Amino acid sequence: MVEFTLPKNSKIRVGKTWPKPEGATNLRKFKIYRWDPDTGENPRVDTYFVDLDKCGPMVLDALIKIKSEIDPTLSFRRSCREGICGSCAMNIDGGNHLACIYGMDEIEGDVTIYPLPHMAVVKDLIPDLTHFYAQHASINPYLITKSPTPGKEWKQSIEDRKKLDGLYECIMCASCSTACPSYWWNGDKYLGPATLLAAYRWIIDSRDEATPERLDQLEDPFKLYRCHTIMNCTNTCPKGLNPAKAIAEIKHMLVDRIV
Amino acid sequence: MRYVTPRKAAVGMGASHTGTQHHWWMTVSSVALAVLTPSFLMVIGTALQLPERAEIMAYFSRPYPAIVVAIFMTLGMLHFIKGTRIMIDDYLDHTARKAALIAAAIFGWAVIAMSLFALARLMLAPAQL
Repeated sequence: MVEFTLPKNSKIRVGKTWPKPEGATNLRKFKIYRWDPDTGENPRVDTYFVDLDKCGPMVLDALIKIKSEIDPTLSFRRSCREGICGSCAMNIDGGNHLACIYGMDEIEGDVTIYPLPHMAVVKDLIPDLTHFYAQHASINPYLITKSPTPGKEWKQSIEDRKKLDGLYECIMCASCSTACPSYWWNGDKYLGPATLLAAYRWIIDSRDEATPERLDQLEDPFKLYRCHTIMNCTNTCPKGLNPAKAIAEIKHMLVDRIV
Repeated sequence: MRYVTPRKAAVGMGASHTGTQHHWWMTVSSVALAVLTPSFLMVIGTALQLPERAEIMAYFSRPYPAIVVAIFMTLGMLHFIKGTRIMIDDYLDHTARKAALIAAAIFGWAVIAMSLFALARLMLAPAQL
């Protein structure tokens, strides 16, 4: 259900301003969301200053520098540092991005960093993605077949394989789903763009034999039809994918079953 | 507090296997209303320019204006009832959702009934006078 204000215990307060590094001339100001479940205090926004002359160009480089040299309590996920694992998805400068491939030169003024929007927070910049992953698992994201398994392999033509381009590349970073207002308001039931993109990837796989069951499973006013083509998902996807188009294709297929 | 697994929470009560008819109806009625709206505006614009009540009644007793207004109002309000359902489902929950859905349906059907009744009076009035 829609929520226009934050709960009392989620209202953000002004946090600590950390000292500037000595002797630095090329400073960048970072305002970072902080919340520690162990303290019982409300979230706050801490201010840090990073010497860009001694830091890599990406936002993640600055976060790692802050954690290493200024404040070791700052928590965030990261792994591959090249935009393939999706761990470091966060809200940077008002949009959802992967910190590892988002350059600081793309941001004007102070760098503001929050966790992915409208998700429960585990700590600082770490969102709780349990429900998001469970939704993805619920669409059975694997090949389902009924024919006897061929001796060698399930064959697929080059043309059919090409249909999966733009779909299989999804890294499940949750940037799209957490940018979607429909997912904010009804994320408990609406599957969201990432899960629906994955569902479409298996629906149109020429080798998959569970298309009717998959479409049946999606035909629901909340699971699928909460998508109102707002397009935030497509605008924000750090991999340049188009979940909105995938959702529209699922709707077309469902209409084709009745018209 | 409920102890349910993330998977059970994600699956919920399963898919209702509805929504496609609603989606298709909204698409079709949107196109129909886009086509009908210029005709409706022309009919109403023409009626508003008529100086005498008797002329307006005579105008609406003709088939084209009467049919255009009747179809537009009926289709428009049916589109309204189904369209508000989308917003209500987005923004409300539980009892508030059910109450709002009922209110929207009552309002929509009341407007349809009043429109058709008013139109019938305009059409039939010259014969009564």
